[in-house]
Amino acid sequence: MPAKASRDSVRGLVDSLLEGDKRSAGKLISLIEDDEPEAVEAVTRIFPHTGRAHVVGLTGPPGVGKSSLINRLVRAFRSRGKTVGVVAVDPTSPYTGGAVLGDRIRMADTGADPGVFIRSMATRGHAGGLALATFDAVRVLDAMGSDLVFVETVGAGQSEVEIASRAHTTVVVEMPLTGDVVQTMKAGILEIGDVYVVNKVDLGNEDVLVANLKFQLETRDGWTPPIIRTAALEGRGIDDLAAAIEKHASYLDQSGGRRKREVARARLEILENVQRLLVRRVSEGSRSGRAFDKLAEDVAARRLDPHAAARKLLGSGPTTAR
Amino acid sequence: MRDEDERKVLEKELKRWEETTLREALASHPERRKEFMTTSSRPVKRLYTPLDLARKAGGERLGEPGEFPFTRGIHPTMYRGRLWTMRMFAGYGSAEDTNRRFKYLISHGETGLSVAFDMPTLYGYDTDEPEAKGEFGTCGVAVSSPDDMKVLFRGIDVGGVSTSMTINSPASAIWAMYLVMAEDRGVPWTKLRGTIQNDILKEYQAQKEWIYPPEPSMRLVVDTFEFGSKQVPGWNTISISGYHIREAGATAAQELAFTLANGMEYVRWGIDRGLKVDEFAPRLSFFFNAHNDLFEELAKYRAARRIWAREMRDTFGAKKPRSWLLRFHTQTAGVSLTAQQPEINIVRTTIQALAAVLGGTQSLHTNAYDEAYQVPNEKAARIALRTQQILAHESGVANTADPFGGSYFLEALTDELEEDAYRYFDRIGDLGGVIPAIRKGFFQQEIANSAYRYQREVEDKDRTIVGVNDFVVDEQTEVEPLRVTEASFKAQVDRLRKLRRTRDAKKHAQALDRLRKACEADDNTMPFILEAVRAKATLGEICDVMREVFGVWEEPLLY
Amino acid sequence: MLIAKPGLDGHDRGAKVVARALRDAGMEVIYTGLRQTPEDIVEAAIQEDVDAIGLSSLSGAHMTLFPEVVRLLKKRRSGDIVVVAGGIIPEEDVPKLKRAGIKAVFGPGTPLSVIVSFFEKAGKGA
Repeated sequence: MPAKASRDSVRGLVDSLLEGDKRSAGKLISLIEDDEPEAVEAVTRIFPHTGRAHVVGLTGPPGVGKSSLINRLVRAFRSRGKTVGVVAVDPTSPYTGGAVLGDRIRMADTGADPGVFIRSMATRGHAGGLALATFDAVRVLDAMGSDLVFVETVGAGQSEVEIASRAHTTVVVEMPLTGDVVQTMKAGILEIGDVYVVNKVDLGNEDVLVANLKFQLETRDGWTPPIIRTAALEGRGIDDLAAAIEKHASYLDQSGGRRKREVARARLEILENVQRLLVRRVSEGSRSGRAFDKLAEDVAARRLDPHAAARKLLGSGPTTAR
Repeated sequence: MRDEDERKVLEKELKRWEETTLREALASHPERRKEFMTTSSRPVKRLYTPLDLARKAGGERLGEPGEFPFTRGIHPTMYRGRLWTMRMFAGYGSAEDTNRRFKYLISHGETGLSVAFDMPTLYGYDTDEPEAKGEFGTCGVAVSSPDDMKVLFRGIDVGGVSTSMTINSPASAIWAMYLVMAEDRGVPWTKLRGTIQNDILKEYQAQKEWIYPPEPSMRLVVDTFEFGSKQVPGWNTISISGYHIREAGATAAQELAFTLANGMEYVRWGIDRGLKVDEFAPRLSFFFNAHNDLFEELAKYRAARRIWAREMRDTFGAKKPRSWLLRFHTQTAGVSLTAQQPEINIVRTTIQALAAVLGGTQSLHTNAYDEAYQVPNEKAARIALRTQQILAHESGVANTADPFGGSYFLEALTDELEEDAYRYFDRIGDLGGVIPAIRKGFFQQEIANSAYRYQREVEDKDRTIVGVNDFVVDEQTEVEPLRVTEASFKAQVDRLRKLRRTRDAKKHAQALDRLRKACEADDNTMPFILEAVRAKATLGEICDVMREVFGVWEEPLLY
Repeated sequence: MLIAKPGLDGHDRGAKVVARALRDAGMEVIYTGLRQTPEDIVEAAIQEDVDAIGLSSLSGAHMTLFPEVVRLLKKRRSGDIVVVAGGIIPEEDVPKLKRAGIKAVFGPGTPLSVIVSFFEKAGKGA
C-alpha cells in the first residue's frame, strides 16, 4: 500500500484532480479511505475547492431500489448536462472483514460515461450505514468538478441520520409492502427527509403508503417534502424526482438554507474530528495514553468520578464534585 | 403399498440387522466418512428397504411405461421400439466449417443434428458488428443471414433428419432462416422435424443470453407456439431447459423444480393467448443435464415425468395423453469435466450418459473429453458418439424399459425429489410467480449459493474430484487444438457484405418496417420475421428492430 | 479487487464464486456484471482504484479482449494494476497472454486457495 501513494505526490494528485483527472480522484479517495499519512495533507489541499457540488443522500431500507434509482437519476441529470459523482456504500462483513460492493453493477451502463464517476466503499466496521471516508470522498468528487454527488447508504442502522446531517438534499426511499401488513417506518425517518420516494409502484399497493406519508409529513422552514412515485426499473417517475431535487436545491439557495446546513454540518464534523483525535491520542502508547490509563484506574478505584476524569482529560484542571 | 402389519415386521427386521450384523461390522470397520451425499449434497442412507417404498400410499406413483404418470417412460416399448436419438451438439467457425462437422458426425452414425451458435449470433449480432469483436465462431457457428443458413445445411437432407438449434433470444429469427432455407429447397414445412431451444426464462436465471425484457420475450415464444402448431406441426417450438441451470451451479432438485416451474409458466402464457392447451402442449419438449450421481439423476428424470404428467392433466386440464408426456433431450454435464487428465473425462461422460439412458431420454448428446479446453476436435467428438453406440448396442441397458424401476433406493429418491420440487413451486408462488421471482433475483441467488457451497466442499476436500483435488498428477496435457481461422472469418464477412450489397433495398426496408409495426401491435411476429428473412434481412437487423420496440433487459444483480 | 466479464460470454458461475471467496478472505470486491467492454472495465478499475483485476471468459474471446484491457490500463497510467485471467484458456495461449501483461492464468480446476492467495499478494503491492 505505501508504495502506491509515494509514486504520485499528493500535491500532484490534487493538481490533476482540479483539472478533472479521474485517476487522481480514485487515488486520493483511496489515500483518505486507507488513512494514509498523506491523507491529512490531501484533505487540506482539497477542501478550499469544495462547496460547489450539490450533495444528495439516498437512504432507505435494503432492497428498496436505491441503486436503481441512482442509476436512473444519473442518466437524467446527465441529459440535463450535469456531471455526476456517486459514492455507494456497502457493509463490511463483521466475520471476514471483506465486502462485496454490489452497487456499481446496477449502474453498469453509466460507468464509462466521461461525465460520471462512481466509487464504491465498504463501511469497514463503522456503524451507521456510511463509511468514515464517505464525505471526504464526496469532497474529492466535488473538487474534481462534479455538479451533483449522490451518496447511497447501506440503509441499516442510523444511516439516515448520518446522511441527513451531511447531505444538502436527503431523499428517503420507501416501497409499498405487499399483503395485509401495516407498514411502519423507522422512527425519525419522517423528520429527516427533504424528498420522499415511493419506489416499485409497478407492484401496485402504494396508495396507502403515500396517503400515510402525506398525512404525517410536515412543513419545515417553508419546505414541504414532496412524495414522488417511481418505478426505477421501468424508468417511471424519474424526471419528477430529478425535478424535485432541483427544486430543493434552489429552495436552499433562496432561503439561505444551504448556508445553514453547511454550518450545521461543519459543527458536527468538527466535533467528530475532535472525538476521533482524542480517542487516537489517548490510545497510543504515549504519555497521554498513560495518563488516560491512570485516570481510568482512578475512576475504577472510586478516587475520581468519570465526569471529573473527562474534565481533567480536557485540561480543565482538578475539580470538586458537581 | 404395505399395510401396518407388514410394516412392523419389516421395521423389526431392519432393527435386528442394525443391532447385530451392522453394529459388529461398524465396530471393526467404521465407515469412510460421517455422512455420504449426492453431487447435490443430498444425504444418502446406508441402506434402502421396502420401508422406503411405502413413503406415499395410494395414488398413481409408478404406472406402466407409456401410461400416466409415465414414471417408467413415455413409450410402452421404450428403446426396444426405437433407440434414443444420438444428437451431437456441434458448431464452430463459419457455416462451411460446421457443415463439414455435421457431415462427419452423420457419417459416423449420429441420428440427429444439433447446432451450436457463436456468441454474437446467440446475442443477435452480425459477425461484423463491433460487439462481435473477437467472438466469431469460437463457441459455435456464426449465422448472420439466410445465406449462412443455406451453406450450413448444404448437402444435408433437412426433410429427412431432425435438427435441434440451441438459440434463445433470437430464436424466431433463426428458425425463420431455417424455414426459408427449407422453402427455397422445396421441402414442405409439414415435413420438417426439429427443435428450437427458445427458452427465454432460463436465460434470465442461468445462461444469461437475454436481449429483451421478459414480457415481450414471452410474447415472441408464444408466437412460435401458435405459428408452429399450425404451420410446422412436426417441430418442437421450445426445449424447456434445466441443463444450463444445473451447469450454473444448481442442485438436482433446483434443476428439476426451476425447469418445470418455467414449463408451467409457458403453458400459462399459451393459454392466456387463447390457445387450447392440447394444441401446443404436445410440442413442448425438455432438456436436462446428466450429472455425476447416477441414481440422483435417474430419480430426477422419473420425478420430472411424473410431476409434468400430473400438472398437465390435473392443473391445466389437458385431455390428450400426448400433452401429458415429458419428452426430453439430455446432455452430459460439461461442468463436471476437467482440464487435468482429460482422458478420464471419457469415463465421466460414460457414467452420465448411462444415467440419461437408464432414465429414458429421447435424445442424447455426450460431451467430448476436451470440453475444458475448447469446442471438440474431431476425434474427441467421435469418441463421445461411440460412447452412446456402445451403451446402445453392447451394454444391454436398452433391452427393457426402466430397468431400475422398483429399486428401493431409486423410488425413495424419486419421491424425495418430487417433494423438493413442490416445495420450490410453493416458494416461487409466494414470490408472485416465475417472472416476479426472476426480477427479485430468486433463482439467480439460489443458484449462486449452491455453486458456492459446492466449491467450498471441493476446497475442503469434502467432495473429491479425481485429478483435481485428489489423485493429481503433474503432467502436461496434449490436446489437439481446434482453431477458428482468419479465412473462415473472411469468408463469413464477405458473404455478409455481398448479401447487403445485392439484396433488393426497397423490399428489405419495407419488410423491416412491417416487422416493426407488427412488434408494436399485437400481431403474431412469425410471418413478418419470415418476410424480413426472405427480403434478406440479417440477424442483427431483425434483432435491432426488436431492441428498439421491446427495449433491452437489465439484470437485477445479486450474488 | 475487480472481477470482470468482458465480451458477450454469459457464464458467470466461476466469476461469482471467486468474488465471494475473495470477500470471505477479507477483501473488498467489485463484480462488474456481464457484457463489459475493455473500456468499461478499465474505467471501473480506475475509479475504484483497485489493486487487481480478474478477467473471466469461457467462450474463447480472451486473446482479443484481455490484452486490450492491459493496453488501456497502461494508456491511462494505471499499468500498476495487476491483471489476471481465468476461464477456458488453451495452454497454447497462456504464454501469449503473459507476454501481453497478464500476470497469471487460472485454468479450470485451480483451487480457490491458490487464486485467493494471489489476490492477497497483489493487494499488498507485491
